Amino acid sequence: MSRTNKSFMSRLDGITVLLYLLLVGIGLLAIFSVEYRSTDQSLILSGKSHTRQLMWLGISVFIGVIIMFTDSKFFSSVAYLSYTVGLFLLLLTIFVGTNVKGSSSWLGVGPFRFQPGELCKIFTALALAKFLSSPETNFRTLTHRLIGAGFALVPAILIILQKETGLALVYFSFFLVMYREGLPHGILITAFSIIALTLITLLVDKTILLYILTGGAILIGLLIRKALRKEMMARVLLIGIWGICILFSQFVVPFMFKSVLQKHQVERIYTTLGQEVPEAYLDPEDIGKRRSVNVSGYNVWQSKIAIGSGGFAGKGFLNGTSTKNEFVPEQNTDFIFCAVGEQFGFIGSAALVLIYLSLMLRILFIAEKQRSAFSRIYGYCVASILFFHFAINISMTIGLAPVIGITLPLLSYGGTSLLSFSILIFILLRLDADKHVMIR
Amino acid sequence: MSFAPAPRKYVIWSIFIGVALIMLGRLFYIQIIEDKYKVLADDIAIYRKVVYPPRGVIYDKKGKVMLYNKVVYDLMVTANNVPKDIDTMMLSSILEIDTAEYKRLFHRAAVRNGPLRKSVMMEQLSQEQTARFQENMYDFPGFELNERYIRTYPDSSAAHVLGYIGEISKSQLKSDRYLSYRQGDYIGISGLEYYYEEVLRGQRGIYFLERDNFNRPTDPYKKGALDTPAVAGRSLELHLDAELQGYGERLMNNKIGSIVAIDPKTGGILAMVSTPTYSPNMLSGRNRTKNFGKLYVDARHPLLNRAIRGFYQPGSTMKPLTALVALDAGVITPSFGYPCAGGYYQCGKRVGCTHSGGGHAANLRLALANSCNAYFVHIFRKMVDAEKFGGIRKGIEKWYEYNYDFGLGHPTGVDLPFELGGLLPDSNTYNRMYTGKWNSCNVMFVGMGQGEVALTPIQLANAMCIIANKGYYYTPHFVKSIAGKKNDTSLVKYHQKHVVTKIPDEVYSIVKDGMSDVVKHGTGRVAALPDIEVCAKTGTVENKALISGKVVQMKDHSVFVAFAPKENPKIAIAIIVENAGFGATWAGPVASLMIEKYLTDSVATNRKYLEDRLTGANLISPYVYIIDKEQKYRDSVREVRRLERISYLDSTKRVEDSILVNKWLKHTYGK
Repeated sequence: MSRTNKSFMSRLDGITVLLYLLLVGIGLLAIFSVEYRSTDQSLILSGKSHTRQLMWLGISVFIGVIIMFTDSKFFSSVAYLSYTVGLFLLLLTIFVGTNVKGSSSWLGVGPFRFQPGELCKIFTALALAKFLSSPETNFRTLTHRLIGAGFALVPAILIILQKETGLALVYFSFFLVMYREGLPHGILITAFSIIALTLITLLVDKTILLYILTGGAILIGLLIRKALRKEMMARVLLIGIWGICILFSQFVVPFMFKSVLQKHQVERIYTTLGQEVPEAYLDPEDIGKRRSVNVSGYNVWQSKIAIGSGGFAGKGFLNGTSTKNEFVPEQNTDFIFCAVGEQFGFIGSAALVLIYLSLMLRILFIAEKQRSAFSRIYGYCVASILFFHFAINISMTIGLAPVIGITLPLLSYGGTSLLSFSILIFILLRLDADKHVMIR
Repeated sequence: MSFAPAPRKYVIWSIFIGVALIMLGRLFYIQIIEDKYKVLADDIAIYRKVVYPPRGVIYDKKGKVMLYNKVVYDLMVTANNVPKDIDTMMLSSILEIDTAEYKRLFHRAAVRNGPLRKSVMMEQLSQEQTARFQENMYDFPGFELNERYIRTYPDSSAAHVLGYIGEISKSQLKSDRYLSYRQGDYIGISGLEYYYEEVLRGQRGIYFLERDNFNRPTDPYKKGALDTPAVAGRSLELHLDAELQGYGERLMNNKIGSIVAIDPKTGGILAMVSTPTYSPNMLSGRNRTKNFGKLYVDARHPLLNRAIRGFYQPGSTMKPLTALVALDAGVITPSFGYPCAGGYYQCGKRVGCTHSGGGHAANLRLALANSCNAYFVHIFRKMVDAEKFGGIRKGIEKWYEYNYDFGLGHPTGVDLPFELGGLLPDSNTYNRMYTGKWNSCNVMFVGMGQGEVALTPIQLANAMCIIANKGYYYTPHFVKSIAGKKNDTSLVKYHQKHVVTKIPDEVYSIVKDGMSDVVKHGTGRVAALPDIEVCAKTGTVENKALISGKVVQMKDHSVFVAFAPKENPKIAIAIIVENAGFGATWAGPVASLMIEKYLTDSVATNRKYLEDRLTGANLISPYVYIIDKEQKYRDSVREVRRLERISYLDSTKRVEDSILVNKWLKHTYGK
């Protein structure tokens, strides 16, 4: 182990650190540009978002330094404990959470406010890594697969109860990790099928869909009637798939839209699809009020205008007319990408997308190099969470995905978000520094 | 432990890369291919603020403000932004209207520009209304106040000269004169406001501001690189004497007529009165539309500027001009005399003359002083029949040329719009009248200012300038300088001297002597002033009118022309009082008082009685109302006929309804 004797700093992955700093820097500039007014006297003003974000960066780096001096085995040993604490915090939030913009996902500690749901991503990543890497775990068995899924779904459900569905969806990114660790290929195919079926359900009338699915099943049945006669399995499979499709389209989706999803989320999904919300999913008193639909479309509309007007090279730093003047709601947080798109144009936004891609691929690369499964799985967790945030956030600003309130990693204004992503990455860096050490 | 097959990592890799590629494609589409977003971003975030500069101010000769801008507030409304549940009762009580009126105004404003755009709901709120609305503004989203200037006239005088402004009409927007204007702009519609539109208007400023999501302006767009600043309208300094103008309007109160006073040395107009007049503030305030309607239908036609658009036969006031023409053409000398014995008989029919005493027309001076009809008819005939011109037609042409040069028969070019040129007959006129068979006896009356000649008061006053100046004039005009600059390009034409005769000064002195005699011991004694030698000529013009199909001899127009002092004249003046009687009775005193007022700044106390007599007299002929009523009746009949004819033509066009049409025709027009 001569390599472990090398200086600690030289064992840090320089590329990741560089990409991390680059993203945080871009984020600070973007937040600064959004709130900048030509009348501002100085660059650092108390009360301005970028000043606060800078403070949070300081805190993040401070915690990062602490992590660097922590033993790498510490993270795996506290994984389950931290997960338990995380779940407890989530539970606590449901009852004593501060209500911010309709969701009670915030917990106030003194002057600070934070979202346990954000922090819990770290704990879940650690716990899942711990579980999957444990020698007792056999991920080929259904029980263990269900336990693995449970690690991701329990916090997700608790967060849904806090009415912060967007954040809860992030926990589904852990299935990507579990896929890497052995979930059957079918899970990806099923996932895509479910998404496709949901979309069709939203676009096509329920009754017509029933006829189409049944007709399709009969048609397939006629085509493979020989196999049906011979094989019991084929009959079960056909009827089973047909039944599941019917069940899903006739009951599960309507139930989700009526009872599980928030009203604004239903609107957003329909807005993205370019449809109006059917009356069945509206509150009785909202029927006839078409304005609310326009309001949820407004965000994306303004966001697309801001990004689209950036053109090839952008309007230039501090010259963004749309973002500077608050046309896009939530500009600092969920829609920070608009600031980049408008001021730096296609060049800037493409560069940002590529920086993110590089960071994620670098993390995957690091993960695959790990000697211990714990580190590898944790690496995949970090990459998956980053990917989910990145994909959904940017897609929603350019009208490719429904508006789900999740942040753009490291760019969006917000202490908890910056802190949790920093910690996620710093822990990975710490583990990577000891990549030849076996961590259990 | 690692039992997951290696290819799975590549699946995840491809998912990451695939999503990133889809994003790049989408970004490429909305940022580079689709260009509507750029326009939309500018639309929503850039606010084009138009700043209207105040119109130029107008000063009189002494620097007194005749016309300035007052700030008023209009109530604007964007109907779509007004919530359904606002307190209309309260708003209507603030605006001092009832709710029905409120609804009417609100609806009208919503329809005018559409509910999404701002439009005027109430114009020019009073100070109390403005203050009360401003206090409660936060209760009424969608409503706002818009600051605007209106023209205000402290003296309420010189309405015809100053003119008025109004919103540009749709048809005017299409004309070349108003290329740079937009809907809602104000333009000069008459008077100096119209003539000096370009000077007074200034330049509209356009500022581009960024605005935020609440429509509040934030920073200048592109740091103001595209802005054009507003340039205030330039001021006009007039030759007009506001005091004299007001005085003239008072004297002419309740009379139909006109005064034009010109400084002969510059051509600057000192006063231009056309009565009946109106207060210019009437066409500027909140009720301007209503007031305009009232003025428009008034039988006395107060909107007509008679000084430049009224046609009057000059009568005896033409005689000095006849003399000038004859002198310059060399057909007479100042010593030329005519043995008048109370009439002119050379053309058969008698032309009456008020004097019959021997030698009252023994020379030009005497003839002028005594206003001998026979003398001037004679010299006019002598002039047009002169052998050196070769025939009456050539003679009349020559006479026409002279008078044309004197500024008659065409607009003088004063800086007011819509000036008319009067009538000046030439040989064609008479060829048409007498189908080619005519001689100097047919036309001789123009020599004494009757017959086919008609002048506007400004032409008459200008003609006096020629005599006062001994042979030249400057085009009459109001504006002395523009924003303090006398040599502005638009004023150059008024600095040009028009020399119109070659008559030596001594001869002019004789003409002036004759006119001075008119005042000293002739018909114009009323115009005499103690220390000032006034030269004048009276005129009493016969006129007829067609009333109820009959030609009625109307009371004579009272005409008076004068200039003073005789040496180095400072004012030339022409006055016409319609249907008032002798020139010396009404027009004469007006001229005298105006001259006194101008030259001595005050009117002597022993002449106050004249002032009182004039201001108290109502000389408007009752026939005026009858004539107007008949004219309006004729107009309405013509209009009804026109409509009938249109409907008749329209109905005959429809072949399938021909039976009905026949029935209707029989019914309407009988068998």
